[in-house]
Amino acid sequence: MTTADRLAQKEYGYGFVSPVEADTLPKGLSEDTIRLISQKKGEPEFMLEWRLKAYRHWLTLEGQSPAWANVSHDPIDFQDIIYYSAPKGKTDGPKNLQEVDPEILRAFEKLGIPLEEQKRLSGIAVDAVFDSVSVATTYKDTLDKLGIIFCSFSEAVKNHPDLIKKYLGSVVPYTDNFYAALNAAVFSDGSFAYIPKGVRCPVELMTYFRINQADTGQFERTLIVADESAYVSYLEGCTAPSRKRNQLHAAVVELVALDNAEIKYSTLQNWFPGDAEGKGGVYNFVTKRGKALGRKSKISWTQVETGSAITWKYPSVILQGDDSVGEFYSVALVNNRQQADTGTKMIHLGKNTRSTIISKGISAGRGQNTYRGLVRILPGAEHARNYTQCDSLLLGSACSASTVPYIEVRNPTAQVEHEASTSKVSDDQLFYCMQRGISEEDARFMIINGFCREIFKELPWEFAVEASQLLKVSLEGAVG
Amino acid sequence: MSPSPLLQVAGLRASIAGKEILKGVDLTVHTGEVHAIMGPNGSGKSTLANVIAGHPAYAVTGGSVRYRGKDLLAMTPDLRAREGLFLAFQYPVEVPGVRNSQFLRSALNAGRLHRGLPELELKEFNKLLKEKMALVEMNPSFTTRSVNEGFSGGEKKRNEILQMALLEPTLALLDETDSGLDIDALRTVSAGVNALRRADNAIVIVTHYQRLLDYIVPDFVHVLVDGRLVRSGGRELALELEREGYERIRQAVESAQPAKS
Ligand SMILES: Nc1ncnc2c1ncn2[C@@H]1O[C@H](COP(=O)(O)OP(=O)(O)OP(=O)(O)O)[C@@H](O)[C@H]1O
Ligand SMILES: [Mg+2]
Repeated sequence: MTTADRLAQKEYGYGFVSPVEADTLPKGLSEDTIRLISQKKGEPEFMLEWRLKAYRHWLTLEGQSPAWANVSHDPIDFQDIIYYSAPKGKTDGPKNLQEVDPEILRAFEKLGIPLEEQKRLSGIAVDAVFDSVSVATTYKDTLDKLGIIFCSFSEAVKNHPDLIKKYLGSVVPYTDNFYAALNAAVFSDGSFAYIPKGVRCPVELMTYFRINQADTGQFERTLIVADESAYVSYLEGCTAPSRKRNQLHAAVVELVALDNAEIKYSTLQNWFPGDAEGKGGVYNFVTKRGKALGRKSKISWTQVETGSAITWKYPSVILQGDDSVGEFYSVALVNNRQQADTGTKMIHLGKNTRSTIISKGISAGRGQNTYRGLVRILPGAEHARNYTQCDSLLLGSACSASTVPYIEVRNPTAQVEHEASTSKVSDDQLFYCMQRGISEEDARFMIINGFCREIFKELPWEFAVEASQLLKVSLEGAVG
Repeated sequence: MSPSPLLQVAGLRASIAGKEILKGVDLTVHTGEVHAIMGPNGSGKSTLANVIAGHPAYAVTGGSVRYRGKDLLAMTPDLRAREGLFLAFQYPVEVPGVRNSQFLRSALNAGRLHRGLPELELKEFNKLLKEKMALVEMNPSFTTRSVNEGFSGGEKKRNEILQMALLEPTLALLDETDSGLDIDALRTVSAGVNALRRADNAIVIVTHYQRLLDYIVPDFVHVLVDGRLVRSGGRELALELEREGYERIRQAVESAQPAKS
């Protein structure tokens, strides 16, 4: 182990590798790879066909990975990636925890996500995804009683093919963009949730993603459907071992909310960010979108992005139903050589649709942070309203922050407001806190935390505490 | 013989942005005493308070400050605070997003840990906070708001005294705590400060008005002009200043200066 490795391991507390035997496909991508993935998962014919269509479309885009984002990296060799890796014997998802490799249980326990019944997180049902497959789902009984479906994507394909056929690709079609096409072709697992009519999901649903294998891309897919008047709060957490080579994470998330339904989707993204010199780390190229399809439906994205070498993601909402609501609350932190280009798109189609965007960017070290947002009000969106607020906090002088808002209004009754600010932790604020006895480090952290408060308060309580801890760890040594 | 002073400022010189503001200040404060510092705008009163508290923007260019027998200037600002030094700011700073109660609890616990006491649990803290808020007649709604954010001028000042009440400092410097307070508020805040007076602590009040000194009666009054303490006296000096302004003192200082050289 080199010193740099050790340092990276030390600062990034989730950098361990678990000794789990894996069933791994050779590197490279072709129609055969896709057939193999589909076969290993025992998928019905319609899935394989969909994957192949996506792959053929992706081939027509080859070399057209998005170039407009304010990030830079060496070209990615898509033949040098492993597209499928599953813990041995678990290609199908285990039926119960006794079948799960103890090393995997240990790994999740180390991450603070115990899966055993006695130890499980209270009030949170967890679907644990290890490399390419889902290894366990907790709280099944509670959910079953209410008719809530929460399972791995693979299980959903087999057990609920009608729902999958109806909604897969309905929000993010495989033609959407380069990485969405790639994901559709090769995605290995992910989570599926369906909340039936009139049901308020009594626990938080959570998927925890963990990349373990080296050189493995993670391409998961999440689909959440809230039927009429249903409510669900969904959490997503992720980590990966510290590795010197970059790893690709190209996920797709689709949300559908029918009449009066509400989906709250929260992410704590803590993929390995690379070392201080920018070596290694995860490329986080993700397409997340929700369709507020029904009248008075609501979709709310909250994200705390502290990890990844490069983040490229724009959780968006299509406000199709009249009186529907879209929200985006984000904290994106970059340190060392991290790059983030993140933001949202709010597409207003329905009447009286409302959207709120609050983005907080924190830049430290030589980090590069861009907010990119689009607010589009279409002609039919009478009396649509949007409020956007983008605040940047700069820690140090070698980092940068930029704000790129696009606003397109094609209905004269629309109201669109945009506010932006850039600030530093001021000496006067620091002095004020220190004059009360608070140490400089604690004072700085307190002020930075305060900057994020509007976002953290949108998170479920346990997650908010964790988010604040993540921030602290990610900034260690960077404040000054 | 008097016991060793709580605070001893000797020949203190300090500058900001390359401009010398304090030009040799001497001040001795014992426990049990209340001192008032008066003086025209821009004479350096806030500078003196800030330098004692350790604001990083000021450079100390000469002299010394001893506090409880220790070299105060060698301590970081947070250590000075944990050692019992408190500054009520002339312009309290807003800290967006940080809950007042959380801020106060962190501050209190930092001091407690320093004194070898256990941190106060949330429940005990809330009880104490309620008590102290009653003392300064502050509405409980202020605990959940962000520190000073959107507070009116008077509310900010009251919040400073709340912090003082909670932290129970050994030496409190109150920089124009009376300005911006309405008449009733002045009375409550003064009563709050008086309730905190003890034989083992001391207060230094910076003010422009005699009125405050009717409520908080000082043992000594000093006049700071152009970076120097040019006169000291008892509380009657404040009355004299109120009557005559600073002009006479200024003239006396100016006519005295050439004679010196
Ligand atoms: N950052 C700065 N740069 C330059 N000059 C400064 C700076 N800060 C303070 N000063 C100057 O230092 C001098 C003393 O200021 P100080 O705030 O100590 O006065 P004061 O006696 O408290 O006045 P007031 O009664 O108005 O509060 C003033 O002339 C002020 O303009
Ligand atoms: Mg002043």
